[in-house]
Amino acid sequence: MRHYIKRFSAATKTNVFTYLLVIVSFATAQILQGAGVMSSSLKGQLVPICAYIVMAVSLNLTVGILGELSLGHAGFMSVGAFAGVVAAVSLENIVVIPEVRLALAIIVGAVFAALAGILIGIPVLRLRGDYLAIVTLAFGEIISNIINCLYVGLDSRGLHISVLTSANALGLDPSGQVIINGPVGASGTDKISSFTAGFILILITLVIVQNLIRSRTGRAILAVRDNRISAESVGINITKYKMIAFVVSAALAGAAGVLFALNINTIVPTKFNFNMSILILVFVVLGGLGNIWGSIIAAAVLTVLPEALRGFNNYRMLVYAIVLILIMLLTNSNQIKSFLSRMQSQSPAKGAEKV
Amino acid sequence: MSITKTKLVPIPSKNMIPERDVTKPPILECRSLGIDFGGLTAVNDFNLAIGRTEIAGLIGPNGAGKTTVFNLLTKVYQPTRGVILMDGLDTLDKTTVQLSKMGIARTFQNIRLFANLSVGDNVKIGLHNQMKYGTLSGILRLPAYWKQEKFARDRVRELLSIFDMQDLVDEQAGSLPYGAQRRLEIVRALATNPTLLLLDEPAAGMNPSETAELMENIVRIRDMFQIAVFLIEHDMKLVMGICEGICVVNFGCVIAKGTPDEIRNNPEVIKAYLGERKHA
Ligand SMILES: Nc1ncnc2c1ncn2[C@@H]1O[C@H](COP(=O)(O)OP(=O)(O)OP(=O)(O)O)[C@@H](O)[C@H]1O
Ligand SMILES: [Mg+2]
Repeated sequence: MRHYIKRFSAATKTNVFTYLLVIVSFATAQILQGAGVMSSSLKGQLVPICAYIVMAVSLNLTVGILGELSLGHAGFMSVGAFAGVVAAVSLENIVVIPEVRLALAIIVGAVFAALAGILIGIPVLRLRGDYLAIVTLAFGEIISNIINCLYVGLDSRGLHISVLTSANALGLDPSGQVIINGPVGASGTDKISSFTAGFILILITLVIVQNLIRSRTGRAILAVRDNRISAESVGINITKYKMIAFVVSAALAGAAGVLFALNINTIVPTKFNFNMSILILVFVVLGGLGNIWGSIIAAAVLTVLPEALRGFNNYRMLVYAIVLILIMLLTNSNQIKSFLSRMQSQSPAKGAEKV
Repeated sequence: MSITKTKLVPIPSKNMIPERDVTKPPILECRSLGIDFGGLTAVNDFNLAIGRTEIAGLIGPNGAGKTTVFNLLTKVYQPTRGVILMDGLDTLDKTTVQLSKMGIARTFQNIRLFANLSVGDNVKIGLHNQMKYGTLSGILRLPAYWKQEKFARDRVRELLSIFDMQDLVDEQAGSLPYGAQRRLEIVRALATNPTLLLLDEPAAGMNPSETAELMENIVRIRDMFQIAVFLIEHDMKLVMGICEGICVVNFGCVIAKGTPDEIRNNPEVIKAYLGERKHA
């Protein structure tokens, strides 16, 4: 019995540590901001950092916990961002309190991203093997291209949507407003995101991800990652649990996209490109596969770092490299080893899995 | 340990099961089961019935097709021909997951634990379908979560105590000694609440005293849970010691079936299997 309590508290401790890390960082940032010692460039980074943290934690659910490689996480962020912007603009006169409008926009963004996740997941997650990486890579590019030729406008008669044309084709009233203008993206939206909203979104993400991992569903997802054949032999429906992890991950990325998009005046579809997906993946790998607080630290530090290193001039890249190594030592050691050994032990068995 | 001398009696399909089980249909029945891998016939015309509380053995030389039979029974492979009846129900269109829910549980010849997870979590994963709360209850920590997680914790300890492993709940499964890993696989399989337990070489890598203990535990598990056990094993002492019905395969075909005494004295078996082993 004693043993069990000890371990129970060890896992709980990690969870509590993660919440504390976020709360203390938020409080510190608020104090620094209040005392006027925070540089304006860093201030401008606060909301993006929150969005990146949510992105990294949610991608960790797919890559670290489920063990499937996704190369198009920014695609879900994009779906969420533009759906959220449309929602926020549409609700402008209906919901006057900006915080409530933001919350509703985030929910809309998450739902749309989840739908995109389901759409991709249904055909791909049935397959064995690394198809998800290829398909998500394509998805990220396709979504960016679709939004590039998507026109959405709002007037007294409601929402108008047009594809592959121009904003004129929407046929808006004179009083109407173009929300998404093809390659120009969405501009002139109210900046209703805030650092506090980002902080709350991180906390919600942590509750969802950490509680999920330590539940019946989370154990099933871990079982699928560790050994597909024995997971099936104890009656776990592989596709179902892959789907749950992937869709939750996509929904959270969508929410992060809304937070990100409603923090700036203009958001273009190309912002959420392959580079963004890889950047988030770097946060996850550096922070440690399956390590939630590692993702948080990696996302925050690596977002702030390039700015903070301006003063180092010539030594900038050297310091950057050193910080990368330090993060890796801090968060990875065991995970990366077990991940690599898993990769190695999996690859020869791919063709004919002998049971 | 005492094994009651069992008489095998024929059932309508001409397969034999222990006399005490004959009032009920067999838990498992294979009729003319077979599978080809390309040109290779790995299993052919496999006929067998297992009584509800029988401990049955499957023996044969290396590569005879024993593990393939288990993979057919659990639908890891689709049979090329033949019928598998689980509890009288045809399993033709059933998947591995559905068969688990129908009561088949198994262990693996090359151990397949969730090596990165704790011993306790391995067993809890076995309890997956014994727990009913959904994803949302888990995320929101609704009462169903607390109630069933408590059930799971208690059940995990109960099951681990069969092998006196309850103090290992926190250990990482992959770091356990070999014998303990094999025992944990049995516990995980039992957690699914099976009616038929398939054990693929449960004593492999165990020393004689561990094997003797395992034999007692297999019998104890059968008595405790009143389930059928079907095991593959090369250790003749174990097979002859606890199995009531034994099926011998060679090159994918059944060459003999019967009680341990019948098998021991079957010339074909001695030629194909036992003799060969004695010389080795
Ligand atoms: N997936 C597969 N593809 C092709 N051939 C296979 C496959 N699985 C098994 N075989 C072949 O089927 C035959 C039977 O193999 P199986 O693993 O069932 O033997 P076994 O009786 O369990 O042997 P052992 O005592 O060594 O475990 C072997 O010749 C094997 O190579
Ligand atoms: Mg075998």
